Amino acid sequence: MSIATQNKGFAAVLWDYLTTVDHKKIGKLYLYAGGLFFLLGGLEAMIIRIQLIEPENDFITAGLYNEMITMHGTTMIFLAAMPLLLGLMNAIMPLQIGARDVAFPFLNSLGFWMFLFGGIMLNVSWFTGGAPDAGWTAYSPLSTTSPGHGVDYYIMGLQLSGAGTLMGGINFLVTIVNMRAPGMTYMRMPLFTWTTFVISVLILFAFPALTVGLFLLMFDRMFGAAFFDVALGGNSIIWQHIFWIFGHPEVYILVLPAFGIFSDIFSTFSKKRLFGYTAMVFATVLIAFLGFMVWAHHMFTVGMGPVANSIFAIATMAIAVPTGIKIFNWLLTLWGGQITINSAMLWALGFIPTFTLGGMTGVMVAASVADYQYHDTYFVVAHFHYVIVGGVVFGILAGCHYWWPKIFGRILHEGMGKLTFWTFFIGFHLTFFIQHFLGLMGMPRRYWVFLEDQGLDTGNFISTIGAFFMAFGVIVFLINAIYTAIKGEKAPADPWGGRTLEWAIASPPPYYNFKQLPLVRGLDPLWIEKVEGKGKMTPAEPLGDVHMPNGSFIPFVMSLGFFIASFGFIYHATHDVAYLFLFGGMAIGLGSMLVRSLKDDHGYHITKEELEREAD
Amino acid sequence: MSHDHSLNPETMPHNPEKATLEGKNKFLGLWFFLGGETVLFASLFGTYLALKNSTAGGPSSEELFGLELVFIMTMLLLTSSLTSVYAMYHMKNNDFKKMQLWLGITGLLGLAFLSLEIYEFYHYIHEYGFTFRSSAFGSAFYTLVGFHGGHVLFGLCWLTAIMVRNAKRGLNLYNAPKFNTFSLYWHFIDVVWVFIFTVVYLMGKVG
Repeated sequence: MSIATQNKGFAAVLWDYLTTVDHKKIGKLYLYAGGLFFLLGGLEAMIIRIQLIEPENDFITAGLYNEMITMHGTTMIFLAAMPLLLGLMNAIMPLQIGARDVAFPFLNSLGFWMFLFGGIMLNVSWFTGGAPDAGWTAYSPLSTTSPGHGVDYYIMGLQLSGAGTLMGGINFLVTIVNMRAPGMTYMRMPLFTWTTFVISVLILFAFPALTVGLFLLMFDRMFGAAFFDVALGGNSIIWQHIFWIFGHPEVYILVLPAFGIFSDIFSTFSKKRLFGYTAMVFATVLIAFLGFMVWAHHMFTVGMGPVANSIFAIATMAIAVPTGIKIFNWLLTLWGGQITINSAMLWALGFIPTFTLGGMTGVMVAASVADYQYHDTYFVVAHFHYVIVGGVVFGILAGCHYWWPKIFGRILHEGMGKLTFWTFFIGFHLTFFIQHFLGLMGMPRRYWVFLEDQGLDTGNFISTIGAFFMAFGVIVFLINAIYTAIKGEKAPADPWGGRTLEWAIASPPPYYNFKQLPLVRGLDPLWIEKVEGKGKMTPAEPLGDVHMPNGSFIPFVMSLGFFIASFGFIYHATHDVAYLFLFGGMAIGLGSMLVRSLKDDHGYHITKEELEREAD
Repeated sequence: MSHDHSLNPETMPHNPEKATLEGKNKFLGLWFFLGGETVLFASLFGTYLALKNSTAGGPSSEELFGLELVFIMTMLLLTSSLTSVYAMYHMKNNDFKKMQLWLGITGLLGLAFLSLEIYEFYHYIHEYGFTFRSSAFGSAFYTLVGFHGGHVLFGLCWLTAIMVRNAKRGLNLYNAPKFNTFSLYWHFIDVVWVFIFTVVYLMGKVG
């Protein structure tokens, strides 16, 4: 038995996870935390839909409704979708390139704890006088004039979790550039690794813009600056530009990894090499590049003028081309393949029509002239849920079913997996398809109530019923996860007839991943060995000592320090005691950085003899 | 210590800062980090350019800025970049004492720069009543230049920490990447200042 699977007490397990720098454990932490926030965001969505089930409903107050829509959007984007994807990347990407860990294991752990404390920060606001209520986009002057401290929590929470994400991005980039196994050239990397690489570039260049935007908002709200204060010459449109310079790449940060997951799944379950691999890679890079050129299409009605609107409209429509390339490549991967349909594959198959619909409405809203009609209506709500749920959430669920055996060592129950898919899939289309028409009939987004007999009653009722279907699907998935943890079928190393390196080692992998780094001889390296009758990877190195990083509690303490300091920033203007939090928290955070810098940490070695004792 | 990487002239690799995988990772990681920092400063520059004429009746950039002081500051910071290059040159030749000397000079030049910047801000606030809160221009100016100053301060703390920590044990393969990444960071701060000098001060004086 490997050391990782020995029975340990609860306190020992807890301490292990608080100090771990192992990418597989950090991946699990991301999945647990992201899953929890996904449930919270889903609960908020249900409350929104219940409020809108009938005209002039009074299920919740108008103010609480504003908090619900703000927190639903913020939670789902920053605290659910991002971390769930980062969790899958952490758990799988290093295995796919044949690495023993990521480049900066310490930073990896720090990134997770910063994200988690940021998420907790945001949600603490519910208990301290009201959550943020200026929408997930926090447009000024709504955000600068919002009373109470809700928006302050938004600022500090996103600042913390954004810093964590940036660290994760840099870490993945260096890992992929420097730590690929021998023979794993760039054009032999699985698509999921490629998309991880590309979105890490997007994170690197998009998140600092959010950082600046949040700083400006923070300075205006907490320190009396005048960036968005028109009376002192400020300009509130600056926020919109900075937010969307971050915000538009962000949607590709979310959807490209999902594309990667689907590519791997289509190829595995069609028993075919991914059709047009090279085109897929270039389409990914092209989408990422264009993703930076289109932020102002969120601002067509601001009044930028016809020239700017046209340029951004055309750039936006251009993104449909590489995306179309991807859709056709997936279809052609399926074409003539030996297809297995299981839960993972169902999500992938459901994704294609759903995402294509979202893409079509995307081109519609990209037409700047027509957008004056769509803007801020339920048409836009329907559009972005089709791409984000149909792309990202389907992708995460597909990835969960596909990689669950590798991450947790057990296979999810197929029957429950299919039930989840069908209820969620039907529920999703019930909820959001009708919203296109509600939007076209003029129902504005973010409104607390709608009037009777305006042609909106039935549509909203159907939409809410659909939401209940989705909630049911999620509950079934939860039951499935718990059932699998207790009674699930133990997974072999390669349950799906896999093609890529993660399937060449045990499920779950030993803590050092690869006893000997594998020699990669082409795209789909494990498949090549299978076809040539060998069935397993050839080692690229003799058995030798393996260098491992030491665990550390510092990332947790550092994040806790900045978390405490955030309260100081929020309350310093009204409460003197807050300065204690501010300086105390900063001292803990910066002090931890100093300790990390001054204390030598050389890691340790697993000796050759120990490795030889471990079973294959 | 079981992993003593202390260097001696016979066994020393050509580039000690990139001789280990950890060193290579740190080198590349810092480059990527600087890529992100570029966007951070680009966003601040964009904000500044949008708000630089929003003085709300307060003093304008032509009235405020004096190029003499800024010229001295520029020279100090550019020279500190040069001295950090000398330090890295001595690191590659395994001359620890000279490396520390040049790093020390780099730190002093940075400190002088920072002192002048603090004087400059003090001057604006007390002579002109030009503060962070007085106009959108004030907010944008202090934020952009202050972020740069904050980076200089962070760099000085970083430099002090690694110089003191390694003062007695000399150069080895474990700490060489740390000195090297600091030097890269320091160059970046310098480049940002060149843009601040041009966009804020020169354009503010003649634009």
